[in-house]
Amino acid sequence: MSQYLPGTASLLEDLDKKLMVLLRDGRTLIGYLRSIDQFANLVLHQAIERIHVGNKYGDIPIGIFVIRGENVVLCGEIDSEKEERVDLKRVDIDEILAEQKVELEAKREKEKLRLKAMQNYGLFFNADVLYLNKVKFKQIL
Amino acid sequence: MLFYSFFKSLVGKDVVVELKNDLSICGTLHSVDQYLNFKLVDITVMDGHKFPYMLSVKNCFIRGSVVRYVQLSVDDIDVTLLQDATRKEASK
Repeated sequence: MSQYLPGTASLLEDLDKKLMVLLRDGRTLIGYLRSIDQFANLVLHQAIERIHVGNKYGDIPIGIFVIRGENVVLCGEIDSEKEERVDLKRVDIDEILAEQKVELEAKREKEKLRLKAMQNYGLFFNADVLYLNKVKFKQIL
Repeated sequence: MLFYSFFKSLVGKDVVVELKNDLSICGTLHSVDQYLNFKLVDITVMDGHKFPYMLSVKNCFIRGSVVRYVQLSVDDIDVTLLQDATRKEASK
């Protein structure tokens, strides 16, 4: 057990390997890990941002990326054996961006409906909504 | 440091880590540190089709700050020992 480095230091074993990094905003970056520290601040070399929509994906090259540790959700080592078995289709950047836009639009629409339904029950979730409904509140009070 | 020691005693056991983004990862606990960052090996993701980017990942490092729950097997834990350790910690 003691031959393994614990925690963030275990990322040292992944130096110069191809990693998939998932960020808190849901983005996935893939690149070669060049440096790390105790906060899991990362440096990715030859990085790409990979966008998945359904069973398609697209890659956007973004060069060198320094990621502040607090934004990291997880770092996964990409297993080439598993990667080959994955049945996803690669499409070009414009196509995936268009598909992502459609998906986001649908999500936003759904969220709007949900918030509206909640508001009918008098439930308000975030400050923006509260602000927009300030007038309504004043009327009630 | 109690939970750090606790998780250290679980190294090598299978755990399910649920993250704040609703991603649940099942894997073997490889290592843990003072921030409760985890390293899991041989992972499988629950509801894998919802998270296609996880399909090609085998080993992963999870930052402690994004973890919501860790699910453990009942057999892996000595509850009495944990309680005793808690009292010892509290009486320090």
